[in-house]
Amino acid sequence: MITATVIIASSLFAILWTIVSKGFSSLSWDLISKVPDGGFYIGKSGGILNAIIGSIYITIGSTILGLCISIPVVLYINVYAKKNSWFANITRLTFDILFGIPSIVYGAFGFAIMVYFGLRTSLLAGILTVTLLIIPILARAMDEVLRLTPNELSDATYSLGGTRWETSLILLRQSVPGNLTAILLSFGRAIGDAATVLFTAGYTDSIPTSLGQPTATLPLSIFFQLSSPIDEVQNRAYGAAVILTVIVLILSLASKYFSKKFSKYKI
Amino acid sequence: MTFDSPHIRVKDLNVHIGGNHILKNINIDIPDKKVTSFIGPSGCGKTTLLKTLNRLLDRNTDVKIDGQVLLDGQDIYAKGVEVTDIRQKMGLLSQRPFPLPMSIYDNIAYGPRLHGTTKKKDLDIIVEKYLRGVALWDEVKDRLKGSPARLSIGQQQRLCLARGLAVEPEIILGDEPTSALDPVSTQRIEELFLQLKDQYTLVLVTHILRQARRVSDYIVFLYMGEIIEFGPTEEVLLHPKEKLTQEYVKGYIS
Repeated sequence: MITATVIIASSLFAILWTIVSKGFSSLSWDLISKVPDGGFYIGKSGGILNAIIGSIYITIGSTILGLCISIPVVLYINVYAKKNSWFANITRLTFDILFGIPSIVYGAFGFAIMVYFGLRTSLLAGILTVTLLIIPILARAMDEVLRLTPNELSDATYSLGGTRWETSLILLRQSVPGNLTAILLSFGRAIGDAATVLFTAGYTDSIPTSLGQPTATLPLSIFFQLSSPIDEVQNRAYGAAVILTVIVLILSLASKYFSKKFSKYKI
Repeated sequence: MTFDSPHIRVKDLNVHIGGNHILKNINIDIPDKKVTSFIGPSGCGKTTLLKTLNRLLDRNTDVKIDGQVLLDGQDIYAKGVEVTDIRQKMGLLSQRPFPLPMSIYDNIAYGPRLHGTTKKKDLDIIVEKYLRGVALWDEVKDRLKGSPARLSIGQQQRLCLARGLAVEPEIILGDEPTSALDPVSTQRIEELFLQLKDQYTLVLVTHILRQARRVSDYIVFLYMGEIIEFGPTEEVLLHPKEKLTQEYVKGYIS
């Protein structure tokens, strides 16, 4: 067990060490505040602001959209439907299957739909495809959290004359910490996934100003720069990886902080 | 045993859960403004019976309920009955207290707010009234905005009782409400029950015979889903007519 723990911990440090040591030299204010200049990919100046903003747009958009779909589903199968009804079981099974589908398949699916409608790569298509990717993660994690809320709590709100909707609100409130973790999980998955956005969001050097424009993303920015033969560009890829990791780290710490704050009244 | 105008009358109630016959031909009258206790060994159906009274059992799948539960003569399982109205008439105390995830004040104000009381002034009065009613006011008046998680478990149970009373029910259902509490807290809850029966009908599930004797006016003894004996407390506990009741009271079966 100790060996396993050491392996896990040391691989985390190895990853961090690799990206920081290789990417540190290229980290600069320019990197995060500028879009690529002409010749950026052969080592000229510029930054990856386009990819940072693009990733944030896609992640926030898809998380909000994902929540709009998963919250009602999860509340339905936990509060509105009877316990262990066949509908709830089928829904859970569906999410489990969707959960296991590789992200490249979502990317290909999104691409196929776009081709069918004659659409070009765009921020919107990226958001929609990433939403598909994270819904099973969000819904299944929130489902587990809601299932763990004690029956007595919903009994209590029902006994006070609460409706199912009012009970849902109490259960959501009770499970805020767990739900934040669920959101963070899907956020991390959305921001770090390259395969879904490869065909759907495209890649561009400018920051998108509307949903119809293509957008760059951090994972693809890393991918394209890393495949360059030029050392400087490769190092910038590691720099981008550092930025991606830092964003995820900040989110993770923020969710810890907020879940503590929100669970103040929780028993 | 029957009463002329019982608060709750259970008629020919049969409950099946997943193919098991949990409650068999239950017929009881629960008298108004008295304490009626359900006793019996674990698994005998007493909690199930309690939960059929406020329709909390409906939420599960594979539950089949036949028969009638009449509340003041109205069948709560009839079509078109508003379940939330029925439940609002019955406060529930569960085995372990579960305060809502909000402040002490909001816990009490939650029910009244659901039912239309929104003015802060009115809510302040309600909160103080019911917290005083369960002798919790002096202990928490300085931290009404604080978390109920910091209260002792006995205080939490009294908070839950006050929360239930604040929606002005007619009946209080207690599902072994003292089983998680220490002796002192248990005693306080029992004293509250004795005060409350002036205004409310109480139905308790308990597995502690001494508690049943201390607080209840009537006792229902259940065994394997059937009512074995129903009568005044002293009669059932001291002079049981049925052999099963005798054995249970003496401690041969549990």
